[in-house]
Amino acid sequence: MSAPRQIRLNVFRHNPQDPASTPHLQTYLVEEAPGMTLFLALSELRERQDPSLAFDFVCRAGICGSCGMVVNGRPRLACRTLTQELPAEITLLPLPAFALIADLSVDSGSWMRAMTERLQAWLHAADPAPDLSRLEARMDPDLADQIYELDRCIECGCCVAACGTVQMRHDFVGAVGLNKIARFGLDPRDTRSDAEFYDLVGGDEGVFGCMTLLACHDVCPKELPLQTQIAFLRRRMLRAGA
Amino acid sequence: MKIVYTDVLVVGGGLAGLRVAVGVRRRGLDALVLSLVPPKRSHSAAAQGGMQASLANTTKGEGDNEDVHFEDTVRGSDWGADQPVVRMFVNTAPKAVRELAAWGVPWSRVRKGDREVIINGQRVTLTESEAAHGLLAQRDFGGTRKWRTCYVSDGTGHAMLYAVGDQAIAHGVPVHERKEALALLRDADRCCGAVVRDLATGELVAYVSRATVIATGGAGRLYRVTTNAVICEGMGAALALETGVVALGNMEAVQFHPTGIFPAGILVTEGCRGDGGLLRDAAGHRFMPDYEPEKKELASRDVVSRRMAEHIRKGHGAPSRFGPHLWLDITQLGRAHIDRNLREVKEICRYFLGVDPAEAWIPVHPAQHYTMGGIRTRHSGESPTLRGLFSAGEAACWDLHGFNRLGGNSVAETVVAGMIVGEFVADFCQGPGGEISIPTALVRDAVAAQQAALDALLGGGTESADAIRVEMQQVMTDRVGIFRDGASLTLAVEALEALLLRSRRIGVRSNAPGPNPELVTAYRVQRMLKVALCIACGALAREESRGAHFREDFPRRDDAHWLQRTLATWPDPAATRPTLAYEPLQVESMELPPGWRGYGERNHIEHPQTPARAASVEAARAIPGLHRYDLQRELMAYRHLLPPSLQGDNERLGEPLR
Repeated sequence: MSAPRQIRLNVFRHNPQDPASTPHLQTYLVEEAPGMTLFLALSELRERQDPSLAFDFVCRAGICGSCGMVVNGRPRLACRTLTQELPAEITLLPLPAFALIADLSVDSGSWMRAMTERLQAWLHAADPAPDLSRLEARMDPDLADQIYELDRCIECGCCVAACGTVQMRHDFVGAVGLNKIARFGLDPRDTRSDAEFYDLVGGDEGVFGCMTLLACHDVCPKELPLQTQIAFLRRRMLRAGA
Repeated sequence: MKIVYTDVLVVGGGLAGLRVAVGVRRRGLDALVLSLVPPKRSHSAAAQGGMQASLANTTKGEGDNEDVHFEDTVRGSDWGADQPVVRMFVNTAPKAVRELAAWGVPWSRVRKGDREVIINGQRVTLTESEAAHGLLAQRDFGGTRKWRTCYVSDGTGHAMLYAVGDQAIAHGVPVHERKEALALLRDADRCCGAVVRDLATGELVAYVSRATVIATGGAGRLYRVTTNAVICEGMGAALALETGVVALGNMEAVQFHPTGIFPAGILVTEGCRGDGGLLRDAAGHRFMPDYEPEKKELASRDVVSRRMAEHIRKGHGAPSRFGPHLWLDITQLGRAHIDRNLREVKEICRYFLGVDPAEAWIPVHPAQHYTMGGIRTRHSGESPTLRGLFSAGEAACWDLHGFNRLGGNSVAETVVAGMIVGEFVADFCQGPGGEISIPTALVRDAVAAQQAALDALLGGGTESADAIRVEMQQVMTDRVGIFRDGASLTLAVEALEALLLRSRRIGVRSNAPGPNPELVTAYRVQRMLKVALCIACGALAREESRGAHFREDFPRRDDAHWLQRTLATWPDPAATRPTLAYEPLQVESMELPPGWRGYGERNHIEHPQTPARAASVEAARAIPGLHRYDLQRELMAYRHLLPPSLQGDNERLGEPLR
């Protein structure tokens, strides 16, 4: 068996709380182990080499969306990225577009909450407090599956970090926001009309700001059909706004 | 000194905490949620397979109701559960699942007509009724007599968390993210908030509240191999424990899930086996029917995990460079089923194992999964020893699960407890004891005490927090796992005590301002060790086997001596072990008196009062013409314990409301 690979990890370092800190890349050497993910590599690095390194992992199973970062130029979930799929030199940067907390840790939570509030991205039910003793309302089984398909978004922020429009318009809601409108628009339990959705996403900060570069679609870790959803939503909003 | 005021402080932004917050907001109170991470990243999202609620919509769920769910849960708990709490839970679960449907959860639905499923390795055709078309579907899970587990593909927890998280936003509940409670604020026997550290800036802030709810989830990271998220470190249990007056119940009751992927410990759902997946050994032999002819792969988790460990011990594990493991085979379910109902499993296999589960077997090994024990509360969620403190969800021990939790009952518990406890928290705040008057000096002293503890960690100690943490996790995995015995547990307690002493001499190398991950590890490991000692000491003292607690030197369940709940407190901060006390369970008032579970060993030692109680229950059951609701009330009245809004019956297709 061949000797394990030595990996060079170039990691973005900066602690905005520390006046002495300046943004820079720091290089660490890590010995690759079988099945090593970036979660395992960074955890080992922090345990053994540099206890000050800041990053965010929660589920470490690709479910929670905490660990989006730019890996060799591409936003992705670090926890489920195997080092063996990458070259021996790996550069890790925090997701752009979100406020930096430190090193690889960004504040995507505040961004997502603000987006949710702006788009009122929750189900607007006719009766939010139904009689819970009664049978539930029915739904077509295929429609339920279609809604879940869009409900699978984990708000990891990869689509926002990869978005060309976001670089120019900081108020752009991103594919994550447009997908939510598509999701609630598909749900017959939501009482909002297309005209009401138009008020939320009918401008340049919404669906008409999208330049259709569609990196969002390419980087989405959940492989959501963002390209199709944005196109459908745009057509629907054109009709609603006409 | 910065002080934030709110009516209800909820510590923990997972499903239980968020549902409590929504409930108290609806009652006109302010609620504020503290969360280590953005709330939608909570470990609730990792619940895959589903939520138990006895809706009885599917053919295989026909005849299901609260009574069956109740009995399954009590048997699953190995009679450790509090039976009135189980009753409250099973009556509220259908309401909870229907509320979530109204809040937008895209539950998988029943489709009328024929469909092929795999049951016990055989292809079977099921016919779903026209009447059920479009209602919530249920799948099979371990330890249940009916198909009862409602699901959203295998992303159930995610869909639930997003719906409830969105409702919290819609209700204007503020969530203070990246905030960690370090200590409860306490004025004599009244809890009035918490001292909180900002994980981004390092600043300490006092949160003063009329009621405080701990909903921080479990403590899986005390173990080296766990399915739990990295934030599940038992900090809520430690918060309560460090008051010196609040007890942790049954901490030795720790669940090991049969199918953590090997070696990473990432969960693949019980839905795999519920949908027809099989466990195989190195030779490809399906071994569970040899041990459990009745329930096979779908016995309760404690039993399946133990049988797996036993089978590996006999030398039937598949060898690998990381040690032996077994196989989970879902190939016979077919690609279409996996693509539709087991999508997360497919993704996990693809990304972490490079395996396509439609074609290849999944390497699995039992891994720590769930903390049945927790902060001991009344049925209302309130601590009996510290007024104004409540707890809900996995962090709590009200005690729904006893010594083993059924799959699908935890994510159900989060929302059910949220609904119930939220009402009691609101009642408390609006009742005679709901106001507080707290001196600022008390708040200042509490903040200063926490700052002093942090300063001590930065003050040049010699021990490494990371090293202590790894050693603790190894001790717990090696000695406080699936198989336990007195000698090994004694060694575990001694090792943990030594680590606790060492943890008081930790020196953190970096004192840069802002996030200081090493400092976080340091103060957490000091607290984790106390929780770990509650588990190990409780396990050492409990000389019987019950549910997930299995003592090789005491292999029988001993109702005569151990039908008791362990209560661990830590009154002396300088001590190295908790103080253990016991709270007896009352056989004479049980609706389901102790007996055989229907799976596992059939060799328990009977409680002296069991025969008399069993006879009176049998006599009541023999009364002809008694409606099941009336019989139930006769055996163990519980509805008066529920908030009035949750006391009603549940409608089913085959069972209209009275």
